[in-house]
Amino acid sequence: MDLNDTPEQAAYRAEVRAWLEQNASQAPTTRGRGDEEGAVAAHRAWQRRLAEAGYVGVTWPAEHGGQGKGPLHQVVINQEIARAGVPGILDAIGVGMLGPTIIAHGTDEQKQRYLAPMLHADEVWCQLFSEPAAGSDLAGIQSRARQEEDGSWRLSGQKVWTTNAQFASYGLLLARTDADAHKHKGLTMFIVPMDAEGVTIRPLRQISGEPEFNEVFFDDVRLEPGSEVGPVNGGWGVALTTLMFERLTIGAGSEGMGYRADRFAAAIASDPVAAKDPEVRARFGELATELLALRFTGYRLLTAISRGQIPGPEAGMGKITAVNGAIAAGDLIADVLGPEALDPDSEWSYLISFLPGLKSAGGTEEILRNTVGERVLGLPPEPRLDKGIPFSELRAKERQEVAS
Amino acid sequence: MNFDLSDEQVLLREAARDAFSRVRTVEAAREALEGGALPDLWSTAQQAGWTGLLIDEQHGGAGLGAIDAMLVLAEAGRVLASVPLLGHLPATAILNAGGLDDETMRKLAAGELRAAYVAARPGDDVDPAWTAEPRSGRRRAPAPEIARGDEGLATVNGSVAWVPDAVGADVLVVVGVEAGRPVAVALGASAEGVSVEAASGVYDATRPLAHVTLENACGRVLGAGEEELRRAWFLAHALIAAESLGAVEECLERSVAYAKERYTFGRPIGSYQAVKHALTEVLRRQENTRSLLYYAGWAYDDKPDEFAAAASAARAAGGAALDFAAREVISVHGGIGATWEHDAPLFFRRAQLSRRLLGGTGDAVDRLAGELLTGSAA
Repeated sequence: MDLNDTPEQAAYRAEVRAWLEQNASQAPTTRGRGDEEGAVAAHRAWQRRLAEAGYVGVTWPAEHGGQGKGPLHQVVINQEIARAGVPGILDAIGVGMLGPTIIAHGTDEQKQRYLAPMLHADEVWCQLFSEPAAGSDLAGIQSRARQEEDGSWRLSGQKVWTTNAQFASYGLLLARTDADAHKHKGLTMFIVPMDAEGVTIRPLRQISGEPEFNEVFFDDVRLEPGSEVGPVNGGWGVALTTLMFERLTIGAGSEGMGYRADRFAAAIASDPVAAKDPEVRARFGELATELLALRFTGYRLLTAISRGQIPGPEAGMGKITAVNGAIAAGDLIADVLGPEALDPDSEWSYLISFLPGLKSAGGTEEILRNTVGERVLGLPPEPRLDKGIPFSELRAKERQEVAS
Repeated sequence: MNFDLSDEQVLLREAARDAFSRVRTVEAAREALEGGALPDLWSTAQQAGWTGLLIDEQHGGAGLGAIDAMLVLAEAGRVLASVPLLGHLPATAILNAGGLDDETMRKLAAGELRAAYVAARPGDDVDPAWTAEPRSGRRRAPAPEIARGDEGLATVNGSVAWVPDAVGADVLVVVGVEAGRPVAVALGASAEGVSVEAASGVYDATRPLAHVTLENACGRVLGAGEEELRRAWFLAHALIAAESLGAVEECLERSVAYAKERYTFGRPIGSYQAVKHALTEVLRRQENTRSLLYYAGWAYDDKPDEFAAAASAARAAGGAALDFAAREVISVHGGIGATWEHDAPLFFRRAQLSRRLLGGTGDAVDRLAGELLTGSAA
């Protein structure tokens, strides 16, 4: 059992660290949440600088602008960036998930056109999957794309929880292209220009007041022929690729999502009465157990990834541990510090506000537990009413049920 | 980055599982509650080389580490096997630092002699004193007093309650204090002034416990320093956590099997979300415990400064996981899960007693908090 770098990784780490030391002064100083133009421009420039140094998309094949390195190299970069206290790349979604999806399923033309600008943050991307009526049940989406005679498409519908939509150039969008097929079989993935006519982007404010996400409306938007990524009506397979890369990206960044026991320890230790209080210690010890378990489960996951294994659904349990551990930590810290912890400028106030929503992000905890129970433990599924029937019939049934 | 078991470790685990599978340990656990004899697994331990796991190779041991010991204990825990390694292994880890002659060390490695660790809890940021297990209640007992004499001998005075595996041990490795500083002394179990009183009325018959009393008992001062004696306490925690992990795995397997075959209202109970979610929670806690056991095993060799935190976290996770898993395996089985004849209550008994040994799971939780709050751990 060895958590140390191999000599090669150690050399790589030293290189990355040195570069960051020399270039950290060029990094933006804020996380740039929200869509202030200046902040976005600064983050774009920072990603461009990292890309020019070869530190963006390191796991991408070299022929598409990456370095063809393994996932552990990406982990080294993530760790060194965190250590240096500088922001990561602006378009982690594009580079981590959407670009690799295009690499896996796109045409040569699409790869030529889109990958290099994505890598350099000339064009930022967003993921257009979830809808108001289809989050966990992604295959239940209703955004509709109809093909015209000339091969172009007309897209109508709505997407929600879209990070970075407000400054994205393109989105990768899952739409229904055949409503008479079963729900998983009539879907197609598209590249959508976010400045096309008929696209409307509206920010969604979260509990904290910050607009982290957006909703995006498509009103008869025209898509050029060749906007499809992968086969027509074969979009579900493409979506699964994206979700797989999402799990890999989360796995590579899993050193806590910022939820580390020692970060929370510092806040409590600053209060000498709290640090000796048995109730505080019991609560802290329990949540620290969870967060430490998260970190070392992450290392087991990375070991598996580095051996070429794709994380399975059990990897989702890490999210349950992380979110609930962080919730317990936020509650404890605010109990210790008092109302001051809820001051709008306090990091704890932001954490506390952000976490309830995070429970649902990337799949609700309930669905996650269902999936693990069925696909990992092999427990029988609950009866489902949506399999084996055309999607159009399914929607009609649901409307009837609601009406009655 | 290689945070997984080596091939040798996987083989060690498989061999242990195989060795234990030959004995009907779970049935024996029930029979022992009614006075039946427990199978003698010490010869199995000798043949497998577990008795010398933590003794160095020059004395005929395997010279292995915490992770290997934990792998064996996890397999023992899985089948509620009563094999006195929780007492023997931390004692041998202390003895490995020197103090006894080569011949005795060789016999201990071969299992011809059996040792028992009579523990003292290291001080912490709230109370720096080393303490011993009390008979009852929250106030810890003072650690035995050691008075060094001539020629490497010392007299020991004090009591330690609830000592695992002291009954029938040949050598007691007692951790006490001299002017507040920890010292370990090896005593012959039948030496004058040594009393090992088997604890009666135990809840978990697979866990022999004893109250050890020392009255001017004379023994040999051991070479182990404060670091080694600290480490032994946390090693014992890690071993209890490992036993718990094995038991959790067994509880989960049995729960899942039953949930697939038992029907109600026309479908298997495992198809109901409440049951499914409970069993997923057992799995989540199980895997978290496993990750922390790996952390403890890695820290034992590679990050000694973090071993206390790692082992405490492992114990905290394993204890809570087994509490949860043992109650779930009873509940999933409905009423029959709560009958004498069913196996589930035996895992419940194991959970109940384990959580109160050596400071208890609660002490491990507090220790982890203290280590992190004082910045002693990463």
